[in-house]
Amino acid sequence: MSLLIKNGFVYDPVNGIDGEVMDIAVEGGRIVEKVDEREAHIIDASGMIVMPGGIDIHTHIAGAEVNSGRLLRPEDHVYDFEPKTAITRSGVGHSIPSTFTTGYRYARMGYTFVCNPSMPPLEARHTHEELEDTPIVDKATFPLLGDWWFVLEYLRDGLIKECAEHVAWMIMATKGYAIKIVNPGGLEAWGFGRNVRDLDDQVPYFNVTPREIIRGLCIVNKILSLPHTIHVHTNRLGQPGNYITTIKTMDCVKDLATSDKPVIHITHCQFSAFKGDSWANMKSGAEDIAKYVNSHSHATLDMGQIIFTDTTTMTADGPWQYTLYELSGNKWVNHDVEVETSSGIVPFRYRRKSYVHATMWSIGLELALLINDPWKIYLTTDHPNGGPFTSYPKIISWLMSRRAREKTLEKINRKARARSLLPSIDRELTFYEIAILTRAGQAKALGLKSKGHLGVGADADIAIYNINPRLVDPARDYKTVRRAFSNAAYTIKGGKIVAKMGEIINVPDGRTYWINFNMDCDVFSQRDLADLRRKFREYWTVEYENYIIPESYLKVSAPITVRVGV
Amino acid sequence: MKIIIQVTPRYQFKVPVYAECISPNVFEGKGLEEISRLEVWEGNRRRRLNELFKLELVKDEEGELTINLVGNFSKVRGIGAKMSKGRIIVDGDAGMHLGEGMSGGEIIVNGSAGSWAGGSMRGGRIEIKGSAGDYIGAPYRGSNEGMKAGLIIVHGDAGREVGCLMRGGLVKIYGSVRHFVGINMVDGTIFVRGDCAGKAGAGMRNGRIIICGRIPSVLPTFTIDSIRPNVDVDGERIPGPFYRFIGDIADGGEGKLFVSKVTNPHLSHYEKYLQ
Repeated sequence: MSLLIKNGFVYDPVNGIDGEVMDIAVEGGRIVEKVDEREAHIIDASGMIVMPGGIDIHTHIAGAEVNSGRLLRPEDHVYDFEPKTAITRSGVGHSIPSTFTTGYRYARMGYTFVCNPSMPPLEARHTHEELEDTPIVDKATFPLLGDWWFVLEYLRDGLIKECAEHVAWMIMATKGYAIKIVNPGGLEAWGFGRNVRDLDDQVPYFNVTPREIIRGLCIVNKILSLPHTIHVHTNRLGQPGNYITTIKTMDCVKDLATSDKPVIHITHCQFSAFKGDSWANMKSGAEDIAKYVNSHSHATLDMGQIIFTDTTTMTADGPWQYTLYELSGNKWVNHDVEVETSSGIVPFRYRRKSYVHATMWSIGLELALLINDPWKIYLTTDHPNGGPFTSYPKIISWLMSRRAREKTLEKINRKARARSLLPSIDRELTFYEIAILTRAGQAKALGLKSKGHLGVGADADIAIYNINPRLVDPARDYKTVRRAFSNAAYTIKGGKIVAKMGEIINVPDGRTYWINFNMDCDVFSQRDLADLRRKFREYWTVEYENYIIPESYLKVSAPITVRVGV
Repeated sequence: MKIIIQVTPRYQFKVPVYAECISPNVFEGKGLEEISRLEVWEGNRRRRLNELFKLELVKDEEGELTINLVGNFSKVRGIGAKMSKGRIIVDGDAGMHLGEGMSGGEIIVNGSAGSWAGGSMRGGRIEIKGSAGDYIGAPYRGSNEGMKAGLIIVHGDAGREVGCLMRGGLVKIYGSVRHFVGINMVDGTIFVRGDCAGKAGAGMRNGRIIICGRIPSVLPTFTIDSIRPNVDVDGERIPGPFYRFIGDIADGGEGKLFVSKVTNPHLSHYEKYLQ
């Protein structure tokens, strides 16, 4: 079926289109030059905003960890449920919705591509099974490699080439998309009840430092020419004074950038931007980080904004989750994933009146507003760690309206308000910039050629929001903006209308993107392979043969072939 | 002088009925016609209130709204949920989740009530003339937002985990309770005139539990503090003497567990630790 979206205000930053009134034609799931108007289904988008489908670079929506979170929190489900309809399934959950509901809720907001950023490789099968049950949206998932024993061993011995081969095998075996690094070295140290304190702290028994892990994997990432950069959750996340570690982390790979292309992505940066040396005098380090990012081009960030609500924190950062349990006294889960990584879950409520929480709220927005180039910072809540993804419209309204920020500022902790930089920031983002933060920038960072724009040949993933940029001043009518972004007038996925004014009308399966390496040589020499099998037998509960996920296991596989000469 | 609406089941329910709409807050300002169209769930079927219940306006004068439930409501769940004013009088038994999350008003049950009576209560008063089920004042599964304020009186016996995760308010049980009374409680008072089956105050961090009857043993994570001649509960002086224990030490708690000395001679060995 062909579609013609007429007279919308089009925001397509990749192609430099800033609110021009134009038509978008769709045929065969792609955007085309034009279609036969008599045969096409016509969507009248006059007075509406047309953007590429939203992209979320960091959202925990599937996998063993998320599922444990669901099991841990019946109280999260009891008041937020959706009954089934003729074409959708029922589901529950506020901060950790069930898989189907996750897909529907993303589609309702106009999102069409999501990245599940932390997959313990051992749980890859489970993750893909849940992603398969997350309908509509396309997805990619990043295996956790920063504390993988093989990686640590190769990097300790300086075997970068072998490390690259191994990572390539890992990504193909788990059908992953990028290299995720969580608290490098710290998770391995956590296995011994310790953590690493900084970039140059030794990982116990491995004689390798977080700096060497990050640099090593960054070089591996370049050798393998992966579309995305390394995706880093920094050391000392959530500890006062960690902003300096974050800057050091970005700085330690500065020399590896040869062009303007970024080489590192610091994820949920808000949690890594605390100044001060205790919770009592913790303050925002957003200004320093923004200054660094403004003067360098090798790093991108995402916000990790928090929302004042009851949510569930879950990361692979076991030691941090344990600290969070000690801080909150809530129920908790902590788990060591064999030789690979760790993980933890703690339910958490962010309170307006808490000095620390209010400061964290401020830091996220400060980061987004103080970093001048919107192509370097993306909108996320690190769902569900900072808040559920359904609160993105709220964040958009804060970013677009000083008044909306002031309204919330009035209600937060007084000391936090006095120290917040927000009252001094006048910047209000435009729809064009929002389109970068929520789509175009993320597509660029992920190296997705056919997503995040509306040029001819792009995938027909389109979001239409019922808001007229000529009539509505987002700075004043921020509530209108919030409403419009909560329920897209139309969400089009692969050329099909999937949601219309908040109602799901079509449930196609989303594709799973993964990296298929086309190597010049065999991935492993016979000797390496024998070594790998031996280690699987010794260290893992899963055999080598059962570990690899065949492509046929994915419902809709979308491999991206990358040619490498290792 | 008040409005009284009488609600009577039309038949004996076989499956649970979720009738959170039976609440003065929902009924207020609506005509009988409108009330009869309110939505309830019978098992997995969506129903109208008047399909399951007969509704009658007994008295119509200016004043507070009273809902009088007559008959067997033991399968009807969530009666008076989230109510903040008015009265509900149940002449018969009430089902689970009675007055869940209520913040004001009054519920009187002239019969027994199911589990989770006054769950996550925020204020108001519940009086149960018969016995009650488990988890009085307890929050929904998984949540830690237990009863915060208000009063629950049970004239008969109560089940397990009375006042689970309680954070304030008062629960009075005139009969006996089963295991784990005041488990994980943070604050508030639980008064038990009868016996307790054991494990009182497990995991409690603060608050008071008073047991006048017999308790087989006190948890080893409680330490004896003193013997008190009497205890004051809500302005009433309960004559003792009572052993006063502090715990649950395993959770760093400072809760007070009062156990009657007279009815528990087998606990007298604790007295030697008081010297």
